Amino acid sequence: MTHHSKKKHESEGEWEPKIIGFLCNWCSYAGADLCGVSRFQYPTNIRLVRVMCSTRISPHLVLDVFEAGADGILIGGCHFNDCHYMTGNFHTEKRVGLMKRLLKEAGVDEKRLRLEWVSASEGEKFSKVVTEFTEEIQKLGPCKARTDDMVKAKISAADDASETFRLKALVGKEYNLLSKGNAYGEEVDPEKLGGIIDAASRDEFERALILELARIRPMSVKQLGMVMDVPTDKILRHIVLLRQNSKIAMEHPEGFTPVYKTIAIGGEQ
Amino acid sequence: MTDEANGEKKSPRIGVFICHCGSNIGGFVDVKAVTEYAATLPDVAYATDNLYTCAEDGLNNIKESIKEHNLDRVIVSSCTPRTHAPLFQRTCEAAGLNKYMFTFVNIREHCSWVHMKDRERATQKAKDLVRMGVARARFLEPQEETKIDVTQAALVVGGGVSGMTAALSLANMGFPVHLVEKDNELGGFVRNLHGLMNTKKSAGETIEPLIDKVNAQKNITQHLNSRVATVEGFIGNYDVTIGGDDAEPKEVKVGTIIVATGAVPLVPEGLFGYKEHPNVVTATEFEELCKKKDIPKLKNVAFIQCVGSRGQKVSYCSRICCNVAIKTAINIAENRDNMLGVTEEKPAEAGGQAVEEPAADMKAEEGTERRRRRRGRGRREGEDAVEEGAAPSSGVEITVFNRDVMAYGVEHELEFNKAREKRVKFIRYVPDNLPKVTMKDGNLEVGYFHETLKMERSMPVDMVILSTPLVSQPDASTLSQLLKVPLGQDGFFQEAHVKLRPVDFATDGVFVCGTCRGPADIAEAASQAAAAASRAAIPLANGFVQAEALTSRVDETKCTGCGTCVEVCPYGALRKNEEGISEVIAAACKGCGCCGATCPEGAITMTHYTDQQLLAEAKAALEEG
Ligand SMILES: Cc1cc2nc3c(=O)[nH]c(=O)nc-3n(C[C@H](O)[C@H](O)[C@H](O)COP(=O)(O)OP(=O)(O)OC[C@H]3O[C@@H](n4cnc5c(N)ncnc54)[C@H](O)[C@@H]3O)c2cc1C
Ligand code: SF4
Ligand code: SF4
Ligand code: FES
Repeated sequence: MTHHSKKKHESEGEWEPKIIGFLCNWCSYAGADLCGVSRFQYPTNIRLVRVMCSTRISPHLVLDVFEAGADGILIGGCHFNDCHYMTGNFHTEKRVGLMKRLLKEAGVDEKRLRLEWVSASEGEKFSKVVTEFTEEIQKLGPCKARTDDMVKAKISAADDASETFRLKALVGKEYNLLSKGNAYGEEVDPEKLGGIIDAASRDEFERALILELARIRPMSVKQLGMVMDVPTDKILRHIVLLRQNSKIAMEHPEGFTPVYKTIAIGGEQ
Repeated sequence: MTDEANGEKKSPRIGVFICHCGSNIGGFVDVKAVTEYAATLPDVAYATDNLYTCAEDGLNNIKESIKEHNLDRVIVSSCTPRTHAPLFQRTCEAAGLNKYMFTFVNIREHCSWVHMKDRERATQKAKDLVRMGVARARFLEPQEETKIDVTQAALVVGGGVSGMTAALSLANMGFPVHLVEKDNELGGFVRNLHGLMNTKKSAGETIEPLIDKVNAQKNITQHLNSRVATVEGFIGNYDVTIGGDDAEPKEVKVGTIIVATGAVPLVPEGLFGYKEHPNVVTATEFEELCKKKDIPKLKNVAFIQCVGSRGQKVSYCSRICCNVAIKTAINIAENRDNMLGVTEEKPAEAGGQAVEEPAADMKAEEGTERRRRRRGRGRREGEDAVEEGAAPSSGVEITVFNRDVMAYGVEHELEFNKAREKRVKFIRYVPDNLPKVTMKDGNLEVGYFHETLKMERSMPVDMVILSTPLVSQPDASTLSQLLKVPLGQDGFFQEAHVKLRPVDFATDGVFVCGTCRGPADIAEAASQAAAAASRAAIPLANGFVQAEALTSRVDETKCTGCGTCVEVCPYGALRKNEEGISEVIAAACKGCGCCGATCPEGAITMTHYTDQQLLAEAKAALEEG
């Protein structure tokens, strides 16, 4: 019987969302445990990974897992002021902000990433969150990183962008800047800082995507502009910078248009 | 080792132990299929299933398999690491395997219990989870733990029976104890009580000697009118500030903490005519009236049980109320301590009672006989056994309206029988048809539906005693947040494991006992307190705890000294060395991973939670299994 129904799923090519949840040990994982103890049911799609604190989840972990084919990712932490490590989840919130910015740049619906605070006593809430989230992802459909090369390239670029010094340093300091002011004790305007991170995310993403695309095959500025839907003058500025940092090289000009190819670091990748 | 020395990396040999947990997992997941699947995964040298992996033979199986199959990594796929990881890690260690070579896969709380209606998908998920565990296990590395010194003193919060008992046990072991009580005196809720069940002693007589002992114990520092204001640190090293109502805040250093803050009775606002009609009181208020000898003349007393509990305002059964009602009913019937004061006015009856006493003794055999008869008929009809008109010796009619009487255990059942011998009536009601407390022509009356006769009836009463449940302290969440320990769904403090760790919190170093953990009588509260004290004494007696090797590690070749990590670490566990490069103070690092996720140069690795391990685990979920 069960065998039969499985075959049916396969033959109809019925798609099942693949959802990964990263949960902090102290609250949300405990909440998921209590959910089990209390027998609150939820859809089977989610696979949970335990970390000590939600603050451990770097954007790289999330974006790399999206690139590998996840349709949705849930991050669970403690409520504010309940984090086992005091300020951990405040940083989590900022990091999730960056992840969402980069997902947006990559054209991935940011609803695919969900941050939830679930306490050790909120077993029922956990089942609700997972049920709702699974339904939401079901509605959004597959994320396509596994089937569409362009989607994959973009998520990969988002991942690379998240690993740049500028974004990591900015977002790493974001919470402290907003809560304690800058090194001169001045208060920092959250909107202004948000704007700076927005712009930096876009620039870093575009540069990373140029590298990603030019890794697959050498491309001209015009081609890159078209594929990425970015004005050519901006592409050119990125390229100048990337060349200065020896990340990209000009290749055999075809006629008059130069094409660019990403320099493979260490020959691997 | 030698293989590695030869430049060849030994491929891992993973053992996978999949637990049925009786039918908890086995009932909803095809454990055999998962085990067969596990055996096919890369680097898995051995896979088996156990009925109970955490039982003696399950643990022995792990130990033997490690030796027999030369395993260098172990996966247990069962319940939750939050309760069972230490057990399995110790098992690995006993077989000579570093405990960091162990991986937990949760297929009970996170699978079988939450997918009880879809065996096929639950089984598929369990396979995926095992595959994820195997992927993680392949990247595990052995770690060494550091020892952390423990401050050999304890903090006990709450000065009721539990708190005092716990504090005394620890103090008697020779450890200094700080006992914090928010009220201006010790004793807790028992101070409100009159007589106690299963003892002829009054509440005062019971609690005073305990208070005296606490006062006499030099190792105990009492902080009355005080509360815990702040808590910093971790097991072995807590810095606590105790805020007094009018005293300067005091700072104390302790190694372990016991929570014993008790509970309060529910105020039955809007239920059964409470605060609406005179002489409708809670069981607690009745105790206070007894103490003050301020009880009106009683001829008819009605108890209503489960007021607000078992699905009305709170979901649970408050455990103590049936026995409290039985105790109080017997006390009234026996006119204990002349509590009714009524008989004094009627010397004739008082004399009559004195004569009746030995008579009752002589009738003991008859009593047993009657008990046997009643038991045969079952509780449902218990009330019918009381012949109409046969009033209790003191001339008071006592009726206990109940959903069912939870007189559990040896003593309580005997008391229950004793109450029935004293002609206390037990009348059942169902939640759909609650008794009604009304006023008729200036007289209090209880209307009820007689379940056996199937008809509405009513009786005049002088007093209605409402048995309301114990509920959590209104400010429990403050302490829960300060100590980072959870409250359960009903607002009581939640232990690490209902069965295996009943007085521990999941957070190391903090313990719980008494009614702040859920309703309990004094004997139960005191045993929990003794248990909590002995648990809390373990690290104190050892003088050290082994810190988990979950710390950050800085790769000095990658660190550029930007200082971001130093800024974000909540424990000041990172500092720059002379060369301006960041370094970790391992004893202070708690392994949260904030610095690791932050470092712009990717110079920080989290021990046991490396990117490589986490990504392998998560990505394995995305493969088709
Ligand atoms: C009506 C009634 C009748 C009962 N009759 C009996 C009986 O006959 N026999 C029996 O065995 N049991 C009886 N009980 C149960 C008994 O009262 C409890 O078992 C007992 O009080 C539990 O002791 P405890 O120390 O855990 O809690 P408590 O007695 O409630 O003590 C807790 C203490 O902690 C203090 N505290 C609370 N919060 C804080 C804070 N944040 N900081 C510092 N201090 C704090 C409180 O002021 C209190 O002193 C009865 C209960 C009720 C309601
Ligand atoms: S954040 Fe990274 S690069 Fe900066 S000081 Fe810390 S370890 Fe070094
Ligand atoms: S892991 Fe957490 S506690 Fe340890 S050094 Fe890093 S930020 Fe500090
Ligand atoms: S421990 Fe839960 S978010 Fe930090």
